[in-house]
Amino acid sequence: MKTIILTLTLLSTIGLFAQSAEDRGLEIAKAAENADLGFKSSTVELKMTLKNKNGQTSERLLTTKTLELTEDGDKSLIVFNSPKDVKGTSTLTFTHKIGADDQWLFLPSIKRVKRISSNNKSGPFVGSEFAYEDLSSQEVEKYAYKFLNENGNLLNVEQDPVDPKSGYTRRIVTYNKDKGYRIEKVEFYDRKNSLLKTLTYSGYKLYKNKFWRAASFNMVNHQSNKETLLQFSDYNFGVDLAEEDFTQVALKRAGN
Amino acid sequence: MNALKKVSNASNKFASQWATFVIKNKWLVLIGTFLLAIGLGSQGKMEFDGDYHVFFSESNPELEAFDALQEKYTKDDNVIIVLSPSNGNIFTKENLNAIEELTTESWNTPYSSRVDALTNFQHTSAEGDDLYVDDLSYESSLKSNTEIAEIKEKALKEPLLVNRILNEKGSVTAINITVRLPGVDSAKEIPEVTVFTRNMVSSFKEKHPNFEVHTSGLVPLNTAFFESSMADMALTMLMLLIVIITTFILTRNIYSTIATLVVVLFSIISAVGFIGIMGIKLTPPSATFMTMILTLAVADSIHILITMLQKMRQDGLNKVDALVESIRLNFMPVFITSLTTVIGFLTMNFGDVPPFWDLGNITAFGMTMAFIFSTTVLPALMAIFPVKTKVRKETEKTKKNWYASLGNLVANQPLRLTFISIVIIGGLTFLATKNEFNDEFINYFDESVTFRTDTDYISENLTGIYNIEFSIGSGESGGINNPEYLKKLNGFEDWLNEQPEVVHVNAFSEVARRVNRSMHGDDESFYRVPDNREEAAQYLLLYELSLPFGLDLNNQINVDKSESRVTVTLKNLDSPEMIAFAEKSERWLVANTPKEMHAIAVSPMLMFSKLGFRQAESMFNGNIIALILISLVLMLALRNFKLGLLSIIPNVTPVLVGFGIWALYKGQINTGMVIVFGMTLGIIVDDTVHFMSKFLRARRELGYDAKQAVVYAFETVGKALVTTTIVLLAGFAVLSTSSFALNSYMARITVIIITSALIIDFVLLPSLLILTSKKKEKIIQKKEYTQVILDK
Repeated sequence: MKTIILTLTLLSTIGLFAQSAEDRGLEIAKAAENADLGFKSSTVELKMTLKNKNGQTSERLLTTKTLELTEDGDKSLIVFNSPKDVKGTSTLTFTHKIGADDQWLFLPSIKRVKRISSNNKSGPFVGSEFAYEDLSSQEVEKYAYKFLNENGNLLNVEQDPVDPKSGYTRRIVTYNKDKGYRIEKVEFYDRKNSLLKTLTYSGYKLYKNKFWRAASFNMVNHQSNKETLLQFSDYNFGVDLAEEDFTQVALKRAGN
Repeated sequence: MNALKKVSNASNKFASQWATFVIKNKWLVLIGTFLLAIGLGSQGKMEFDGDYHVFFSESNPELEAFDALQEKYTKDDNVIIVLSPSNGNIFTKENLNAIEELTTESWNTPYSSRVDALTNFQHTSAEGDDLYVDDLSYESSLKSNTEIAEIKEKALKEPLLVNRILNEKGSVTAINITVRLPGVDSAKEIPEVTVFTRNMVSSFKEKHPNFEVHTSGLVPLNTAFFESSMADMALTMLMLLIVIITTFILTRNIYSTIATLVVVLFSIISAVGFIGIMGIKLTPPSATFMTMILTLAVADSIHILITMLQKMRQDGLNKVDALVESIRLNFMPVFITSLTTVIGFLTMNFGDVPPFWDLGNITAFGMTMAFIFSTTVLPALMAIFPVKTKVRKETEKTKKNWYASLGNLVANQPLRLTFISIVIIGGLTFLATKNEFNDEFINYFDESVTFRTDTDYISENLTGIYNIEFSIGSGESGGINNPEYLKKLNGFEDWLNEQPEVVHVNAFSEVARRVNRSMHGDDESFYRVPDNREEAAQYLLLYELSLPFGLDLNNQINVDKSESRVTVTLKNLDSPEMIAFAEKSERWLVANTPKEMHAIAVSPMLMFSKLGFRQAESMFNGNIIALILISLVLMLALRNFKLGLLSIIPNVTPVLVGFGIWALYKGQINTGMVIVFGMTLGIIVDDTVHFMSKFLRARRELGYDAKQAVVYAFETVGKALVTTTIVLLAGFAVLSTSSFALNSYMARITVIIITSALIIDFVLLPSLLILTSKKKEKIIQKKEYTQVILDK
């Protein structure tokens, strides 16, 4: 009996040590997802600043509403507040754990909702350095994982996108395990596996004692030398949004 | 006269002392010059720059305008891979699949930011309020025949594809790889892209032998510049061989050949050191410096060696005496010809094309070193070598007779020959004005270069290679959504499309029309620009949302959306047509659009088109200065103002004759040929100097009349002139085999000019000398005679 226990202990210890980099990576991603679980819904004001290689900038103001879903990906509604000529234009996105996302667009000038069916996740989001896939909700199923290394409280995990239409071969994500597995930095490698962009999160604040939200996302494209800065303000987790706030009718309403 | 005589005596004395010094310290001189050459050479560094930008000086206004446009939008280079399946139909499952594979592989190209192909084209279709954006053909291997037929129909209707990525028949298609070179080290980055794409293409061909593949684009253009620099560099070996053979034939002496080789090699090594010290990066024009120096430097050595060997063979002098005598006789002529050559090459700095500044400066430095080495290491080596010769007189005599009879022939009919010459030169000068500038840079490469043939194939079968671009302003931030702006822009696009020179137009108005149609369920009647600004702005936002990886609006629209870019793909136009088209377009904008929409046309092609004119304009002053300086040098060297002036005729006319013959031969001249005036002037002046100085000596020292003096000049320098001309012709003939037209055309016209120069110096110059001397003949003769007596 003793020997059996000993053997089991030994095996499990070995098993623990032998935990593959893949498993460890997946485990971290899941831990991060769990840590963020249960925020239900939120709204936030967003200022997007685009900067080209010569330092010229242009700005856009948006409002984003997000609804958390567990069985499938999150739903989000984005309203453009400026520049003036696109004010009221809004998008509604249903992210899916598997397959293409659904997207609707409301254009106030023609007062119509258009459904956009696109596999184009790798394309840039309204001229920014962020691709759709960088901004859509981070579902665990979208990547294959590989733990790389640990540096103090920071964990580096390589994530290889499952979708062949992704613009990346891999991303290297830095998690902060002491702060609810919040993400500190992401490095994006393009299809030829050279470093394309680096996304740095800063100004983290803890909301509802559980959810870490960064005040700014700074994406630097190393190949084009362009930058996009997203600045978030007025995080609100108390809005208590529901499914009916994320419908085509709601989309139309949001834009008016 | 006496004072000048003293100068001449002084220079003779200096040359003799110099020669004696060098011979006495031959080992020291050898080691010293060796150390000098090696010391300079150790600083040497040969780097190539293949970027086409090197052809434009920083102050070039066309380059400035083009750079400004590239600053506003994305700055991209590209590789275009053109595929032609043997069955003549792109739209089969196998062919589409092969294209898809190659497209995927193309994404791995170093520095690539975007790959555009038929298969990954973002096709938008609308059904009611549903918009579908998808790759035109994804996972083609799974497509059915009906699906492929649909793809074909969609593709051949798509204005963004036809004549750009796909030909009208659907038999040829392209994959366009956009690369964003960091521009830190073009000598490293460009080959990286080239090596990758070449390997990719060759393995594609292996796997899909039914495809014909052609490659072009800006990166291959840069590579072609790069490779022609290397190829022209390799011509140096051929020239070296010619130098060895020519020197051996002319001197019939192995030691002379070795000594000459040392001189030219030391000169080249020093020039390489100069390149390193100055940090010059070599380009096709400047990469010819080795052949240039070889050609020009060898003449110095040959002059000195031939005289030395003649003195030994004919006059039976011993080696050291012959050497001192040769240096004494040749020091000044070699110095003067080196000086004029250096002046000629330095005038290239007046031009507006940096590679020619480099060529001029490197060659000028090399020639200066060649002069130093010819008067130091050459005599030192000849003093060290055990040179022995047999005295042979007869052969020389027969040759002398040939030149003498030529001299007599000319001397007997000066008036007639002058008249004939003037008629011929006049006729050719008239023809010379008929030459037209053409700097089509594709045609810089001859048909032995794959880049040229591939590019020709592409322009014949798919799309134009030449383009021009405009940045059309709206005058306000976000103004590109103003319907007025869009309508005018659309008008410009339509007008461009009507022009016979135009292959394809890419304008933002097309995007506006397309999105408008999509927003109205693909109703063709909405294929027009939106009617109000909000609509246009919101459609643009939608369009922005649908752009694929690696593309953003910045390709076509500037950051604050106040300007948009119009790219016009053109048929193969030569430079004058290209400039005319650009001006025509600019005028249309002025006549039909508000002020803020006026724009100037820019593109690399347009920059090259204007390069020849710009170079000619800026070289004009340089050429005048060269002519004045070189004429001054001649006046001083000949110590005769009148003959110095007269020398302008045989120095200038060969160039006129050269361009006249060129008008019959090609009729089109390029930037490379603009420099030949200054350059050949420095070279051909050699003939004039030698001929005139011998003529003067005969008149002054020997008291001959003009006719006798001409015959004397023929006898004494006829052979030397023919010899050096042959060496020069050999050198430039070697260069004329270059596959790069800036070099080969320049070399070819130089061959014509040098040949004409010799003929003019043998026909027109002596005739003029006789004619201008006639009246004062007797008086001069008397004076000279008395002076000779006095001197004694």
